[in-house]
Amino acid sequence: MRMKILLAFVLSVGLSVASAQELEIFSWWAGDEGPALDALIELYEAQYPNVVVENATVTGGAGVVARAVLKTRMLGGQPPDSFQVHAGEELIGTWVVANRMEDLTWLFEEEGWLDVFPPDLIDLISTDGGIWSVPVNIHRSNVMWFVPENLEAWGVDVPTTWDEFLEVCSSLQGQGVTPLVVGESWTVQHLWESVALAELGPDAYGQLWTGDLSFTDPSVVATWERFGEVMDCTNDDASGLSWQQATDRVVDGDAAFNVMGDWAAGYMVTTLGLEPGVDMGWAASPGTDGVFMVLSDSFGLPVGAPNRDEAIDWLRVVGSLEGQDAFNPLKGSIAPRLDSDLGRYNAYLQSAAEDFANDRQVGSLVHGTAAKESFMSEFATVMEIFLDTGSAQAAASAAEAVAIQTALGR
Amino acid sequence: MTNRRRPVSTRWIVYLVLVLGALFFLLPVYLVVVTAFKAPADIRLATAWHLPETWHPQSFVIAWEAFAPKLRNSMVLAVSATAIAAVLGSLNGYVLSKWRFRGANVIFPLMLFGMFIPYQAILIPLFGFLRDIGLYGTLQGLVLTHVVYGLPITTLIFRNFYAEIPDEMLEAGKIDGAGFFGLYWWIVFPLSVSGFVVVVIWQFTQIWNEFLFAVTLTRSATEPITVALAQLAGGEAVRWNLPMAGAILAALPTLIIYVVLGRYFIRGLLAGSVKG
Amino acid sequence: MRRLTRDRLTAILMLSPSLILLAIFVYGFIGQTLYVSLTNWGRDPAQALALQPRLEFVWFENYARLFSGVLESRFRQDLVNLFFFTTFFIAGSLGLGLVFAIALDRDVKGEGFFRTVFLFPFALSFIVTGTVWRWMLQPQGGLNVLPTLVGLPRGDFAWLTSRERIWTFDWRSLPDITAVVIAAVLVLLTVMAWREGRRGRAATLAAAAALLSAWVATGAPGIELLPFPEGRGFNLALVGIIIAAIWQMSGYTMALYLASLRGVPEELRESARIDGGSELQVYRYVVFPLLGPITLSAMIILGHVSLKIFDLIFAMTGPDLATTSVPALLMYIRAFRANQFADGAAIAMVLLLMVATVIIPYLVTSLRGEVRR
Repeated sequence: MRMKILLAFVLSVGLSVASAQELEIFSWWAGDEGPALDALIELYEAQYPNVVVENATVTGGAGVVARAVLKTRMLGGQPPDSFQVHAGEELIGTWVVANRMEDLTWLFEEEGWLDVFPPDLIDLISTDGGIWSVPVNIHRSNVMWFVPENLEAWGVDVPTTWDEFLEVCSSLQGQGVTPLVVGESWTVQHLWESVALAELGPDAYGQLWTGDLSFTDPSVVATWERFGEVMDCTNDDASGLSWQQATDRVVDGDAAFNVMGDWAAGYMVTTLGLEPGVDMGWAASPGTDGVFMVLSDSFGLPVGAPNRDEAIDWLRVVGSLEGQDAFNPLKGSIAPRLDSDLGRYNAYLQSAAEDFANDRQVGSLVHGTAAKESFMSEFATVMEIFLDTGSAQAAASAAEAVAIQTALGR
Repeated sequence: MTNRRRPVSTRWIVYLVLVLGALFFLLPVYLVVVTAFKAPADIRLATAWHLPETWHPQSFVIAWEAFAPKLRNSMVLAVSATAIAAVLGSLNGYVLSKWRFRGANVIFPLMLFGMFIPYQAILIPLFGFLRDIGLYGTLQGLVLTHVVYGLPITTLIFRNFYAEIPDEMLEAGKIDGAGFFGLYWWIVFPLSVSGFVVVVIWQFTQIWNEFLFAVTLTRSATEPITVALAQLAGGEAVRWNLPMAGAILAALPTLIIYVVLGRYFIRGLLAGSVKG
Repeated sequence: MRRLTRDRLTAILMLSPSLILLAIFVYGFIGQTLYVSLTNWGRDPAQALALQPRLEFVWFENYARLFSGVLESRFRQDLVNLFFFTTFFIAGSLGLGLVFAIALDRDVKGEGFFRTVFLFPFALSFIVTGTVWRWMLQPQGGLNVLPTLVGLPRGDFAWLTSRERIWTFDWRSLPDITAVVIAAVLVLLTVMAWREGRRGRAATLAAAAALLSAWVATGAPGIELLPFPEGRGFNLALVGIIIAAIWQMSGYTMALYLASLRGVPEELRESARIDGGSELQVYRYVVFPLLGPITLSAMIILGHVSLKIFDLIFAMTGPDLATTSVPALLMYIRAFRANQFADGAAIAMVLLLMVATVIIPYLVTSLRGEVRR
């Protein structure tokens, strides 16, 4: 008798587990970027209450660790149901070419998304064969952050060109302030792309990635020289800092400026509770006013997703107006949807939305928009060669070698 | 110099060395504990060594919530992989020490080499193999991996251990009519208890602490504690209270074993250097 | 007695599952890795992540690129890092371990306590150690602010984030350096052979040394590693990692040494003392010579731990800090993040080769010695 009860119990437990639906979302939004994702998941759970969401996050800014874990899983034949991927070459050049993604054109048509997402953005996530992911946000890479009050105390104006920056650099150093704070490896590359954009201008910058401008061209070599001058104004403990800790240096008044994507605004507003425009200020990174270096996070549907139906519902939520306006104000990004309700966004994001609508747009290298991932990951080596030798020529030659080796632009 | 006893003057040098050494080993422990008990807002680099102003145990609660499933994974993994490798190692050691056969002198070093290889050299095929048999991302796959790569050391320890059992005892057993398994079950196994303790402690510790296989062969639902800790501590804006509390949780099981069964632990450690 | 009885057959049957598993998991997989390292798996992104990748055979191209490709400077840096890490890690662990063992061996009060304290880090994982020491080595906290507690000025070494490098050399002179070192060893062997009265062997060795020296003296023709100078050296950022590694492993050498010291018969020491030897002389002439074999064992164990080091660095400085990276870490990043499997496999094979040159002679000699015993 007792056995029977036990058996019945075991069976019922087993059945209840089996009947619950699951959905596994993979991203690198842990910690400070977590609340935004949580908001999106809550919205999903409210609409699909019988689905248990497994929020698999792997920490590490820009996905430096997450990409290794994700690829291992994809290779292992155990894809998550949906994963975060940067729109652009990271999506197309890595996953789509390897036939790992499902075409979502039908979903875009069904949801009417072809009309609400900007055409340029849809181009970034499309090939001739289809549309491959659902963008959830728009981030800007070329933003410089500071605390207005501190700048006043130090007697420094916000530089609009790198020349101006170099002028205030020594004055700041004289006062014991780090002029520009950088963090671990990828944040240094992040700074480079803003410097390169300023030095080359948007046209030539874009030509680098299409293969129309050689990395050994004198103008590109000059960007490395300029970059070296800028790096002389940075902290010497960079490699030990995450991007948030670098931002903290600015907030705490140890450093004057920081060039970082506008997820830094999400961190400062959502996590640190600062008032945009009052406790912290921003400007386009020097020499890039009027240009919006864009990157976009998106979610895709991998081939062989174990819970395909749930994943498709998830993508519907990700692309919905409600989903985007729940996610983005917390994340510190703007919604890609053109019909987004700007009233729900803070002062910084409203200005970013305005710039996005009016500025010239270019793609980010470090965040997977502009160049294929094989180039991007080797670019770390190029940076290392530059930091090692301090030679602009060596860095330029190495970059050109990587471009040839990875067939950049083809 | 007629004083054959150690000169008094060197005594304080010896103690100085020991106390300085103890400081070197214990300073990090102190820092970990005080950091783990601080409230996140109280953690400042400049006052890292100060005692917490208010003791804040909540970090352990948060870390425990995040880590409980991972600790469970590690426990399941370490216990089952250790048990299987110990039993197989015991049988292998018995064969290699008491049923020596032609070629054993070649086979044994070939087996031992398996415990020294850098596992990177087998990682790509191992990954593909586990995927092909459907065990990638599962704890079973990781158990299988640890069993196989644990075989050399367990075999080695048992082989050396059984070499101490006099052959005459087995001969006497044979005369009584005992076969391969009879001899093992009635004579060898009962004498192996401390051998098992050594092997179990050693393997448990090794597997609990392993990272490379864990990070490559699991997914988030099956990852062991080392991977979870590396996740918690790496990358993002680190509030150091959580990684420190997590480090304590991750370290406790092997530390307890070490403190309680230190004697056997050291024997395992000596056995690890082949000759012992 | 050697005839094949049923029991003997059972014995071999019982052993065979383990043998088969190890044959596949060790030797089969090494063979597969070797194969992968000779292909181009990963060059074409469409193939890198494909379910059924098509591979082309490229022979030793990947290896050649690692050692002389312009873009593989990270691998070369990692090799040099590994060399310095290994050297200092082994020297530090042996030195500290020996000092502690000698101190503990002198009838001290609280021996059990000290022994437990010295050895406990060995029970931790490298991930825990790395997490803890990352916090210890924050440039503006941890060890650097420790002196302020007793009123001393703050330390200002940048630890893990340092970009300083000392003892620099040009990678292109590596063949020269290697040749000079080998030549020096050959000269040493020549002298030893000469003293032993083995003239023929001495002559051969001397000739080889002379040939190598001549090759170096004429500018090492035949090897052109890189078209331009590449500075390599000891990155000071490694110092913090070395300290953490020594913290974890010196207790282990202490335990090995302590076991050996306890094995030195007290009569030997006594008789040396009666002969008028000072305490130092007793160690110099009686105790230390007996520690030779255990030192060798410890060096080999530490050496192979060191060559495989991966998790400690992953936990301390993450996957992307080139100044502290080692080949084992690079292999993981290359193969599983950048999906350059062929490159990853080639790096792994280089690692395996290094470990094998240390381990195989050790296994052979220690097991041969065992049979003799």
